[in-house]
Amino acid sequence: MTQPFYVSPEQLMKDKSDYARKGIARGRSVLTLAYADGILFVGENPSNALHKISEIYDRIAFAAVGKYNEFENLRLAGVRYADLRGYQYDRRDVTSRGLANAYAQTLGTIFTESGKPYEVELVVAEVGERAADDQIYRLTYDGSVGEEHRHVVMGGNSEPISTYVTERYDPDASLEQALELAVAALSHAPDGTKRTISAGDLEAAVLDRTRPRRAFQRLVGPRLERLLGQETTPA
Amino acid sequence: MAQAPGGHGRLPAHFHAPGGASFSEFLAVAAPDLLPSKRELPPGVIDAPHGTTIVAVVHASGVIMAGDRRATMGNVIAQRDIEKVFPADDYSVVGIAGTAGLAVEMVRLFQVELEHYEKMEGHVLSLDGKANRLSAMIRGNLAMAMQGLAVVPLFAGFDLEGAVGRIFSYDVTGGRYEEHSFHSVGSGSTFARSALKKRYRDGVSEAEAVKLAVDALYDAADDDSATGGPDLTRRIWPVVMGVTDSGSRRLPDDEVGAVVQTVVDERMTNPGG
Repeated sequence: MTQPFYVSPEQLMKDKSDYARKGIARGRSVLTLAYADGILFVGENPSNALHKISEIYDRIAFAAVGKYNEFENLRLAGVRYADLRGYQYDRRDVTSRGLANAYAQTLGTIFTESGKPYEVELVVAEVGERAADDQIYRLTYDGSVGEEHRHVVMGGNSEPISTYVTERYDPDASLEQALELAVAALSHAPDGTKRTISAGDLEAAVLDRTRPRRAFQRLVGPRLERLLGQETTPA
Repeated sequence: MAQAPGGHGRLPAHFHAPGGASFSEFLAVAAPDLLPSKRELPPGVIDAPHGTTIVAVVHASGVIMAGDRRATMGNVIAQRDIEKVFPADDYSVVGIAGTAGLAVEMVRLFQVELEHYEKMEGHVLSLDGKANRLSAMIRGNLAMAMQGLAVVPLFAGFDLEGAVGRIFSYDVTGGRYEEHSFHSVGSGSTFARSALKKRYRDGVSEAEAVKLAVDALYDAADDDSATGGPDLTRRIWPVVMGVTDSGSRRLPDDEVGAVVQTVVDERMTNPGG
């Protein structure tokens, strides 16, 4: 009779973590950056349909890296959670903290109880009345949750991008300035070389605190080109 | 949350179910007690405040909808400044006559339904799609309508594909009918519609459509005791919402007030309009 191999819990968790980390590191990075009038999200994503950045509720947005089907599933659950909360109580009672907790519990349970952890990393961000009220939560594949201040970088190659942003970050930046910094950080290679990312390969969105009710807005097409200074002059 | 999250606090499985972009279908699983159609009612007729007249008018650049401000319960005026016209989403509005409490609840559910679909699917429902969703919600309310709790909405929006304003009316069984040029629902609707029939001309401007609607509501209030006329002493004006290609908006009170004043001044010399 064969005995199953004994695997220590430490080893089991480590293997799962390594597996999830490897999956996340393969994908491209997404940046979350607070600027004077809101929170900006930028990622490199050539697809116009398969979004990494999405609206959850009036003042709350979601950004993710990793495996699309897994974070898309979490996004749908988040929209349902928020809409149910808002319908049961009031729109003001839907908070990013509540959503981050629900995600943390869900990711934590999946990590410990299922054979395969989710290969995802998320940001849940909420824009407040004033910059000081903004909240940004970062959630990892194992359900760990951390409140971040002003900016977060997720995904593959995040360390050098994060360093780049930290060195140059200005909390009072305008949208143009924040976007310029985000794109510069994404296109900055660790060896110091730079490549150009065109507007078509970027996915960008903002939570704009000056907008009434629904703060989320995608930056697409001519507006994004204008903000990037990549405007093509009409013939 | 309606149900305690399952397992070790993770979101229950129905939150993760693929497909399903409808909020009311999700509610039916997650919190069925919140759906008006799942409610059990005592036998007999229930007396509750009723909202009255709503009018909608198509104009050259879209459509407008207006409602009076009165809610009645039998011979009592239950509320004199109730609002019965609401934005449904960025390009449509809904006005409701009938049982006020249920109507407001239905509008709230309808608003979430449209926004939920938009967020889940990443695009906005077509105007016909929105009109059909509302139809399904009214159908679900049929049992309550039989007990005197009918809700009769009027739905109007800007059709981005055809670039025109369109109006949809409903009956208590959920039947959906597209109306041309103008329509009215509620207790004073017969009078409002007759007024519009005589005054409406194709291709009216938005400002003219607002005047037509305020005039029609004045006529409804003139002959129907349940419809409230403009309250000049308290400065309570009809709620008027407009939808054009740049979205829906509620006309500010001073703008509506000026139109009301014009209508009232005209009636001073010609009470029949």
